[in-house]
Amino acid sequence: MTRWRRPDELLLTLLALLSAGLWAFPLYWAVVTTLKPEYEVVAPGIRLWPQTFTFGAYAYVLANTNIARWYLNSFATAGAVTVLVIGMSAGCGYAISQLRFPLRRLLFGLILASFMVPLQALIVTHFVLMNDFGLINSWGGVVLPQLIVPVVVIVYKQFFDSIPREFREAALMDGASELRLFTQVFLPMNWGVTTALAIITFIGAWNAFLWPFLVASTDRAMTVTVGIVQVHDSFGVQYARNLAGAVMAAMPVALAYLIFQRRVTEAIALSAGIKG
Amino acid sequence: MAEALSPARARRAPARREALQAAAFVAPFAIAYLVLFIYPTLKLIQLSFTNAPLIGDGKWVGWANYARLLRDHLFIQSVYHTVYFVALTVLPTTLLGLAIALMVVRLSGWLRSIVLACFFLPYILPVTVVTLIWQWVLDLQFGIAQPLLRLFGGSGVAVFKSAAWAMPMVAFVTIWWTNGFNVLLFIAGLRNIPPDYYAAAALDGAGRMAQFRHITWPLIWPVTALVLTIQLILQLKIFDQIYLLTQGGPFNSTYVVVQYIYRQAFVLNHGGYGATVALFLFAIIVAFSVLQYQVLRTRDVP
Repeated sequence: MTRWRRPDELLLTLLALLSAGLWAFPLYWAVVTTLKPEYEVVAPGIRLWPQTFTFGAYAYVLANTNIARWYLNSFATAGAVTVLVIGMSAGCGYAISQLRFPLRRLLFGLILASFMVPLQALIVTHFVLMNDFGLINSWGGVVLPQLIVPVVVIVYKQFFDSIPREFREAALMDGASELRLFTQVFLPMNWGVTTALAIITFIGAWNAFLWPFLVASTDRAMTVTVGIVQVHDSFGVQYARNLAGAVMAAMPVALAYLIFQRRVTEAIALSAGIKG
Repeated sequence: MAEALSPARARRAPARREALQAAAFVAPFAIAYLVLFIYPTLKLIQLSFTNAPLIGDGKWVGWANYARLLRDHLFIQSVYHTVYFVALTVLPTTLLGLAIALMVVRLSGWLRSIVLACFFLPYILPVTVVTLIWQWVLDLQFGIAQPLLRLFGGSGVAVFKSAAWAMPMVAFVTIWWTNGFNVLLFIAGLRNIPPDYYAAAALDGAGRMAQFRHITWPLIWPVTALVLTIQLILQLKIFDQIYLLTQGGPFNSTYVVVQYIYRQAFVLNHGGYGATVALFLFAIIVAFSVLQYQVLRTRDVP
């Protein structure tokens, strides 16, 4: 263990561990609280492990809220956002990278420029538009305004640019169509990028608050991210129950991160313009 | 650009064919982009010159909404609070991100994975989960952090109901939530510094501080600039945490610009005026994005 040979190295490592533990402590504390009965939650003193271990808070939330419906809404809308964003962006990125067509540079310039537009500024007109489409309080209304993610197009273009031209020429010589080339050569070669982008798009859509909050105010299309605040409003200070709802809302994205840790960090670094 | 097409395709007709094929690939994105981005942006500009409610038509009022912005006390306050929030978050989270990255990057193996995960996990969580956690941790009666606050204030503090504490605490929660992103970017940047530089400096007898000042800091500066500008633009758009933790209170002391758009358009049903406030935000963000582009474009020229 060469890195612990010097005492100050050891000290720095301990400092890192300590601050990491402190940083993550609120997460631990929240989860542990959900496993206590309500009376123990408000009991004086700090108990780092439940005295009486119970899933009562979870059972209560499952039985007394529409969380199952919110879950369905979240999976449906975040899933749809992911599939549509990846599909549309990969196609668009492919055309910009590999094909020559009029207005190509203008299109790419527009996509680059839209990077800077704050979607928060468009909530008013998005709402008007979704109302015109009759999509308020529906999955479609939650999904559509979330489809504008220019960075995904740009990442795809960069990756397709880096594929040697010989691949394309050889496949075209063999009589392959553009569609075949796209689905059977370019996409499979960038499978890792697609997975990474899909995971962070899904996490982003699952976590979205402002837009789903505005457009879906009834259980019909309310996502779990928005819904758990309703739990809060109806329970008052029942912390085990509030937090049980929160843990359930966080579970899919936390698991996605823990399972695909490397892919997630890679995708985030990619979309920030640095290759990690 | 080298048009290295095969001889069979190098004649005239294929160019048209290629354009048609391109259109098919581009169409889904382009249509979505026109309907969900270009149109709403133009519509926003048009709305800002009317007195329309959120849903329905209004009358043309010229520049009246813009003139009103300048006299609108709550709007001006919301701008001021947004700037305050930016000041409380951007620089601290950048420096903290760098410090944590420096700590993490010298670890290796499972130790590094665990430590990084601890710092990064909050960033993955939905904002509502983050605010529920901190409402619990900071709860006046039962919050586990209250003893800490008592050390400073002598008594417990209902942090989100105190005009002095609310904004700094929202900023604190925001930093806790999003700092992992900065850490990640800094780690990527630190890994790009060749280890030989440190070895050479160590041979010359440079200590840890000297190495940081003369090697790490100048070489990590491009990433620092990137993080600073990303954070600046991100935090100008603050809404979710404020809405969930303070609702803009107490006494409007945490009211911010996006919340004012929400209030005018969705609470008071002033679609036209709401659109005007939104355009103001739009213009500010675009201006800072152009600035960011300028800063980052020159980053390779030290």
